[in-house]
Amino acid sequence: MSLLEIRNLHVTVNGQEILKGIDLTVNAGEVHSIMGPNGSGKSTLAQVLARRDAYNVTEGSITFDGKDLLGMKPETAACEGVFLAFQYPVEIPGIGNTYFLRSALNAIRKYRGLDEMDAMDFLPMFREKLALLEMDDKLMNRSLNEGFSGGEKKRNEILQMAVLEPKLAILDETDSGLDIDALRIVAGGVNSLRSPERAMLVVTHYQRLLNYIVPDFVHVLVDGRIVRSGGKELALELEEKGYGWTEKDAPQAVGARA
Amino acid sequence: MRETAVTATEQVQSWLENFTEFEKTAPGAKLAWLKRLREDAFARFCEAGFPTTKDEDWRFTNVAPIARTVFRPARAAKLTADQGTVFQPQGKTAATLVFVNGRYAPELSEASGVPKGVTATSLRARIETHPETLEKHLGRYADKQRDAFVALNTAFLADGAYLHVPRGIVVDAPIYLLYLATEEAAATVTHPRNLIVADDESQVSVIEDYVSIGGESVAFSNAVTELIAGESTVAQHYLIEREHLKAFNVSTLRIQQGRSANVASHSLLLGGGLVRNNVHPVLAGEGGECLINGLYLGTGRQHLDNFMHVEHASPHCGSRQFYNGILDGNAHGVFHGRIVVHKVAQKTDAKQTNRNLLLSDDAQIDTKPQLEIYADDVKCTHGATIGQIEENALFYLQSRGISEAEARKLLLLAFAEECVERMHSVVAREHIEGLIRQHLLFVENAPQASLGRVSERAMEEVG
Repeated sequence: MSLLEIRNLHVTVNGQEILKGIDLTVNAGEVHSIMGPNGSGKSTLAQVLARRDAYNVTEGSITFDGKDLLGMKPETAACEGVFLAFQYPVEIPGIGNTYFLRSALNAIRKYRGLDEMDAMDFLPMFREKLALLEMDDKLMNRSLNEGFSGGEKKRNEILQMAVLEPKLAILDETDSGLDIDALRIVAGGVNSLRSPERAMLVVTHYQRLLNYIVPDFVHVLVDGRIVRSGGKELALELEEKGYGWTEKDAPQAVGARA
Repeated sequence: MRETAVTATEQVQSWLENFTEFEKTAPGAKLAWLKRLREDAFARFCEAGFPTTKDEDWRFTNVAPIARTVFRPARAAKLTADQGTVFQPQGKTAATLVFVNGRYAPELSEASGVPKGVTATSLRARIETHPETLEKHLGRYADKQRDAFVALNTAFLADGAYLHVPRGIVVDAPIYLLYLATEEAAATVTHPRNLIVADDESQVSVIEDYVSIGGESVAFSNAVTELIAGESTVAQHYLIEREHLKAFNVSTLRIQQGRSANVASHSLLLGGGLVRNNVHPVLAGEGGECLINGLYLGTGRQHLDNFMHVEHASPHCGSRQFYNGILDGNAHGVFHGRIVVHKVAQKTDAKQTNRNLLLSDDAQIDTKPQLEIYADDVKCTHGATIGQIEENALFYLQSRGISEAEARKLLLLAFAEECVERMHSVVAREHIEGLIRQHLLFVENAPQASLGRVSERAMEEVG
């Protein structure tokens, strides 16, 4: 059984169809990249997987770990093991970073029937993950993402992922706005989390990130459809020829390893 | 039910009976100046009557439910020590004065821990033993001409707290004043009257906490506090209103600030059915700083009115008003912030901000800034926002596994925390934080529908 199975997914936002029949299968241990031009529906797909309710699924199904993902609330999906690293992480004044992350971890542990982690157990683990992302622990005393630079926010997303240890990590344009040093750190964090039990969906506009996080599969999303799927070399081809090439060359939707 | 159960004449008649009775036994009844103060105030009240919504200062708050009720003075009641302590802050206080139905309860109070020279006692005791120390300040600041509730309180002034901090003395821990109202068969009224005199270069913080115990019976607390802060004095005042939903609470804090005095007024309105909180600082000396920080959490049919009147009467003074409101159900909140800058008050720097979260379609907020500026070199700004819980923030928390109800509670606490963070006294802050957490438990337990819908509508400028 695959970890994630998306079948004929149609999604509308404010009455406009954004995803027009997506088929995608992701197995545990695999890293898939979804590439596509602006407005192709990449972020919509990421948000639907995280169960944001502003999106209206009109057709199709998503099965996650054998369960109907579309029937889940965002928090249930998270507890089942879905994690979305946001393109634009939200600043929330008044909620401390550390407090938030421990609350999230304990909510997930409780769902899975595990004991809650107290501060004594949490802190050593947390420090280790902070070091992995080369983050200053002073940031953690501040409010959630408040006053963080763009790079700090993206690193904080990966830090959360490292602490929450999801089965499926979705990275939504995690590379955008990062300088090369920050990109290396973020990619290093992500790579250290690759494992046979975990799958990743890396959504990106540019090929650059994929030099650091090397995908097993690349899918090209154009106008709400996956128009091409292939190995990592597809990303390089895209970089060279641009998205226009896929639209010209591949008029029909191609299902990914259905 | 007749809307006008009591006519204006009948209204005055019932208060007149109360007043005639009161004067016979009032503390200091033989003191000419005090008798005159009370009688002048009562005459002013009879003349003015209760305000109506035609009065600009009362546009959003209809006090007809108070005006048409016949109140009797609350009766003395004995409470056990437990009943007095259960409400008190966890942290250390310099003194605790407890008032039951408006009367000082020495058996529940403890004032031996104050620094040498500091007086923390009941106003009644002070009137009876040292009236000469009161004449200079008592009733000299609170505006009985303009405000009928202040006039009424002054007419009936008998008890409350009297605090005096001599020059240069620092009182570290806060002085805690607890006002308990017990259940009674008839509608009752109390007029707590507090006088806080902090001499030059002293430092003090005071918590006023209004609580009801027992079943819900109609009770009206009409409180007035005069706070006189001398030169370079640092004073903090905390007001907590957490009476039951049949309570009327009108409280007035009148602050008189000397040169370079730094005063803060913090308020937390949780309880009461009809609540009006007046804060009226006068920055009378140069270089004074005043912070007015408030939080109001309304639900059901509560009406919570915050009325500020900040008077800049000297140059180089700064004032800051920050009010956050969370309103659910059919609650109605009011923020009315008047800033008056007198002609002499050049280089005034005044700012006011009012932020509101409305959790239901039927909750309502009226927010009204009002600037009256007679000086020409000043900086005055104001802003108000009305919004709902931000959908983005809610989704972000949920996407990490936190339940929707818990996420909402966290976001509301965070919003409230903005006000709590401005409170300097750790004891007061922790006390208030605990009350807010307890109060917001309803968010976790309430059914989804009453938490209001979530909308992506951004904060909207209204001021």
